[in-house]
Amino acid sequence: MAQVVVVTSGKGGVGKTTTSAALGAALAQTGERVAVVDFDVGLRNLDLVMGAERRVVYDLIYVTQGTVKLSQALIRDKRLETLYLLAASQTRDKDALTDEGVAKVIGELRETFDWVICDSPAGIERGSTLAMRHADVAVVVTNPEVSSVRDSDRIIGLLDAKTDKAARGEHMDKHLLITRYNPVRAGRGDMLNVDDVIDILSLPLLGIIPESDEVLRASNLGSPVTINNPKSAPARAYSDAARRLMGEDIPMDFPTDRSGLFSKLFGRKAA
Amino acid sequence: MSWFMPFRRRKSASVARERLQILLTHERGADNHSDLIPLLREEVLAAVAKYVTVDVDKVQVKIDRGKEISLLEIDIEIPCDPEPSRMKRRDRASRAARSQRLAVSSAH
Repeated sequence: MAQVVVVTSGKGGVGKTTTSAALGAALAQTGERVAVVDFDVGLRNLDLVMGAERRVVYDLIYVTQGTVKLSQALIRDKRLETLYLLAASQTRDKDALTDEGVAKVIGELRETFDWVICDSPAGIERGSTLAMRHADVAVVVTNPEVSSVRDSDRIIGLLDAKTDKAARGEHMDKHLLITRYNPVRAGRGDMLNVDDVIDILSLPLLGIIPESDEVLRASNLGSPVTINNPKSAPARAYSDAARRLMGEDIPMDFPTDRSGLFSKLFGRKAA
Repeated sequence: MSWFMPFRRRKSASVARERLQILLTHERGADNHSDLIPLLREEVLAAVAKYVTVDVDKVQVKIDRGKEISLLEIDIEIPCDPEPSRMKRRDRASRAARSQRLAVSSAH
């Protein structure tokens, strides 16, 4: 049974696209069939982060409008054979994406894949509500910073109001993924720590992604961080998060590139 | 305590945490109730209108937020006419005689 996951945050620039690519690749690395779908119409970037920007011929809107078949628009990853990308359109017409079209595409993706990862645009407008509409699970990406936490809180409210699951009166499964976390600064009290963010947002923790040069390096190269350098701290954090998403019970060790002192200091149990 | 320990500056993260907690408590409240008043107005009006003729303009719904409890006030003016369903528009002057007030207190 396919799981549709929306990666959302409200605020821009917190790591939704990086997370969609890294989680999608991490799931595919375990052999799962994964489609990552870029919902950021007009500002597509998932193709670039995944290194497929020169292979985009047809995009999400072509499929929703029935111009091409889904199989024609899906781009298979060159490194992982179970990983596929459906790019966003670069049209400036945001209304090109319709409710019915999205419902149809998600329905078809569910038949073929184990995981459908929807990379939401920033904001709380139509694009982001369309991305979350059909989701079974939400990953709320949050930086330990006041504006990101506030926007995540708004998005959590939307997830409980605007999704199909919420409309059916079901509980919307939501997970918190803290990105760009710097344990040294949090330890000094200069950055909100993990417990602060969990307390404020009251969501179970899916993972903590450390602030790392590896993330930028991977996007420079057009490779999800979990493929580019699987042993790096952010890659291990994303792989653990992916396994938790699959229902595995993985202890919430804080991955670090250093000697392991931090993982001892900041080790914690999964929520 | 700050005057007592002038050299220990308060950490910015704890200020951030406190500001967020106050702000989000407020915003969540606003979010949850933004639809409440128009919805209540509509549904109460529909329920009352089944039995008596009610002027839409004569229904008032408001919420007073307090620290411990909030007060939800629903004010509906019902005309005295014993057979209100037959009442005509020009009889409006005879209304406003009876006012019924429902006060419901709800946990904050």
